[in-house]
Amino acid sequence: MNPEGLGGPVLAILFAPLFLGLIQRAKAFFAGRTGPPLLQLYYDLGKLLRKSAVFSRTTTWVFGLGPVAGVAAVLAALTLLPQGGLPALFAFPGDFVLLLYLLGTARFLTMAAALDTGSSFEGMGASREAAFSALAEPVLLLCLAAAARVSGRTSLSGIVGGLTEADWQRGAPVLVLVGAAVLAVLLAENARIPVDDPSTHLELTMIHEAMVLDHGGPDLAMILWGAALKLWVMGALLVGLLLPVRTGILALDGGAFLLAMAVLAIVIGIVESTIARLRMNRVPQFLVGAGAFAVVAIALILR
Amino acid sequence: MLLGHPAESLRLPWSVPLASFSLEIDALSAFFLVAIFGLSALAAAYGGGAWRAGPGRRGAAAWLAFNLLVASMALVVAARNGILFLFAWEMMTLASWFLVTLHHDRDEARRAGRIYLIAAHIGTAFLLVFFLGLAGVAPTLDFGLSGAPAASTPAAGAFLGPSALFLLAVVGFGTKAGFMPLHMWLPEAHPAAPAHVSAVMSGVMIKMGIYGLLRMLPYLGPPPAWWGWLLIAIGLVSGILGVLYALAQHELKRLLAYHSIENIGIIAGGMGLGLLGTAYGTPFLAALGFSGALLHVWNHAMFKGLLFLGAGSVIHATGTGEIEHLGGLLRRMPWTGAAFLTGALAISGLPPLNGFVSEFLIYLGSFQAAAAAPGSMALAGMALIAGLALIGGLAAACFVKAFGIAFLGEPRSARASEARESGVLLRAPMAILAALCLAIGLMAPWLLPLLQPALPYGAAFPAPALAAGFGTATTILTRVTAVAGLFLLLVLAAVVLRRALLARRGVRRSGTWDCGYALPTPRMQYTASSFAQPILEVFAPLLGTRVSSLKPMGLFPDKASHATETPDSFRERVVAPIAAEVARRVAPFRRIQEGRVQVYVLYIALTLVAVLVYQFLVNP
Repeated sequence: MNPEGLGGPVLAILFAPLFLGLIQRAKAFFAGRTGPPLLQLYYDLGKLLRKSAVFSRTTTWVFGLGPVAGVAAVLAALTLLPQGGLPALFAFPGDFVLLLYLLGTARFLTMAAALDTGSSFEGMGASREAAFSALAEPVLLLCLAAAARVSGRTSLSGIVGGLTEADWQRGAPVLVLVGAAVLAVLLAENARIPVDDPSTHLELTMIHEAMVLDHGGPDLAMILWGAALKLWVMGALLVGLLLPVRTGILALDGGAFLLAMAVLAIVIGIVESTIARLRMNRVPQFLVGAGAFAVVAIALILR
Repeated sequence: MLLGHPAESLRLPWSVPLASFSLEIDALSAFFLVAIFGLSALAAAYGGGAWRAGPGRRGAAAWLAFNLLVASMALVVAARNGILFLFAWEMMTLASWFLVTLHHDRDEARRAGRIYLIAAHIGTAFLLVFFLGLAGVAPTLDFGLSGAPAASTPAAGAFLGPSALFLLAVVGFGTKAGFMPLHMWLPEAHPAAPAHVSAVMSGVMIKMGIYGLLRMLPYLGPPPAWWGWLLIAIGLVSGILGVLYALAQHELKRLLAYHSIENIGIIAGGMGLGLLGTAYGTPFLAALGFSGALLHVWNHAMFKGLLFLGAGSVIHATGTGEIEHLGGLLRRMPWTGAAFLTGALAISGLPPLNGFVSEFLIYLGSFQAAAAAPGSMALAGMALIAGLALIGGLAAACFVKAFGIAFLGEPRSARASEARESGVLLRAPMAILAALCLAIGLMAPWLLPLLQPALPYGAAFPAPALAAGFGTATTILTRVTAVAGLFLLLVLAAVVLRRALLARRGVRRSGTWDCGYALPTPRMQYTASSFAQPILEVFAPLLGTRVSSLKPMGLFPDKASHATETPDSFRERVVAPIAAEVARRVAPFRRIQEGRVQVYVLYIALTLVAVLVYQFLVNP
């Protein structure tokens, strides 16, 4: 356990809602609008936390467990994530398996909470979430395996926190492929275009938003906050893979990391503004395509 | 034994040729005995509750078969003689067969019994040859008695090489364990048996196949790498297809039976990794692979036992295991529901429960291989990583479906809406197993060192290297436990916070906001078939799901229906044609079976004469 690793989660908690704000701004810019304030999600969260809630008579305690476990799992996952110059609170070989499976626990309980309402909209959302995440998970783990092979280490601190320029010189093509695949998984897992559309609520093509239709008040606040944190976690994974700035000076490394995160937010905004959402039955192909990238990366590195 | 006590053994003469009544309990036996007795005791308590009304006249016979099953499993893991082992093995098969066909007034139970009996005996036939092959190595069929010379490397005179013996063992033991494509009997037998018998059969009896492999493989000498590859391949096929078939099932116990195949696949993958580690002389990998597999044996016994008991409780209360007819049971059966949810999370391999820990060990080994090992081993690691991840995701989808459709939402049938919670004898074993699932999930670092003495091929490595491997793995698991504990604390904190926030503003109750639709009915809820559809569509070529659908027609549609059924394509496409062909070919031999005693006496006499003639002519 590294005590200085406490900085990472704090950083994420402070900046994750801003990350979403930046995406919104980028999208608004491309649409020719002013867009909501950068801090909009903070206002939303504050307001939702003070609201009361309406629960369906069908629901049980599982309905409440979903958002609660969702936030707790992402917060626990944050302790495993090195960010910029900040080491992870807990670092050990195979820590990313725990990180991804913690997110898996959150997803399981969110889907269960959706089914708890008995609404077929939410059942539909849960069903799609289950299908697409089952395809996305192997891609992400294969990407991490390829990156682990490049760096020769098996913990996040080695893979995303410790990739050096030398590693890049040896394995640039592999890392580029891995980066592309991780970006695809990031978009799919965080309910972004081209897999899901975060800005509509009632489309039949919805995944994540459809699952949380019945949640309100503090529950919805936890879900939104958890989703923002999850996006931050995956973004930090991607940035760690692609940004080999390791000066050892905290301010410099941290600054580069935050800058890269901002760039990533704008990239996501651009992707969302320029690509249409895929038809539902195209999404598996999108994910299998990402998987093909990962397999090619592995073929390159094992050759 | 697990705490380092030396092995206890007992050897008595037995008048059967090649046999002796040799028993021994060492760490590996003790490890399996804990699972056998622990789960059987809980299942028996549950059975006491479920059979209180009595399974009719056959009550005593049913208990006799149950006790015989447990005793024979204990004998299997303690036996140290080939004949005694096979004797116990056969007793185990027959005892469980009686339990599968307990309701022999039902067609499907008779059918299941027949398939089970045939499959089990094909497996036993392979084992018979396997043990005879071993006998070519050792003068008696005793094995592994401390003091007695263990058959370490097959002698040159053996009529079967170690690789042939290995294949025989994989087929023979794999049939019991449920390796694909030898799994045919599993999805038939489990749903037919009573719930607590299914729990024992799935939780521990199929693990006897795993035990057999772990016990016997070291006698075949140092393993070549392809043994590991074969087991990994079997593991991935069983794991992925097992979970896909499970996803396509809509009957609780059948679904759980396919999940047994999936979990056996995970165990086989771990064993394959362990074999590869042994073949390449990497103690850390061998330790991770084998201990992951061993720990998963325990874990699967717990959560699968729990889930079968939960399914039994549901069937007890509602009279059906068809998920599409259930719903809203968590409200009516809070204990069963909470226990089932725990089991569902555990079997999906999610932290902080026990399923995660054993899968994590196998993952860790795979990543170690993928990151640092030479080419072919790295490839094995990558294959395992991708396979485990896919299995994990699909298993989670399957159990969200099973739990969500059966226990959440509104009841889909009258029986489900009138369900009552089961009695305390049924609830207590489930509660204990659920608590164990959580406890093992959090106590793994203290449990792992216990596995070291039970490790197969442990002698192949220098003790300090192996101990160092276990030490590293234990340290890693300590951190996993720390994060899992932190997760639980955070959940608790979030629950308290949520309570406080909601208490201030209050909560109103209303109907589900079905996007403004005011008159929802339970029939409008999402169904299990719909839930699984997106995944099954992706994997459709592998599954061969049959869809029978009546689409709504015309301006005023009156009738519409949609049903899916996924039969086992191995059974339909591979085994059934072979079986039909075999039946056709052997049909002429039926004429030998006359049915008259006199004819059989004639056969005996003719055989005797033939043997005598042979003796005089060939061997004067």
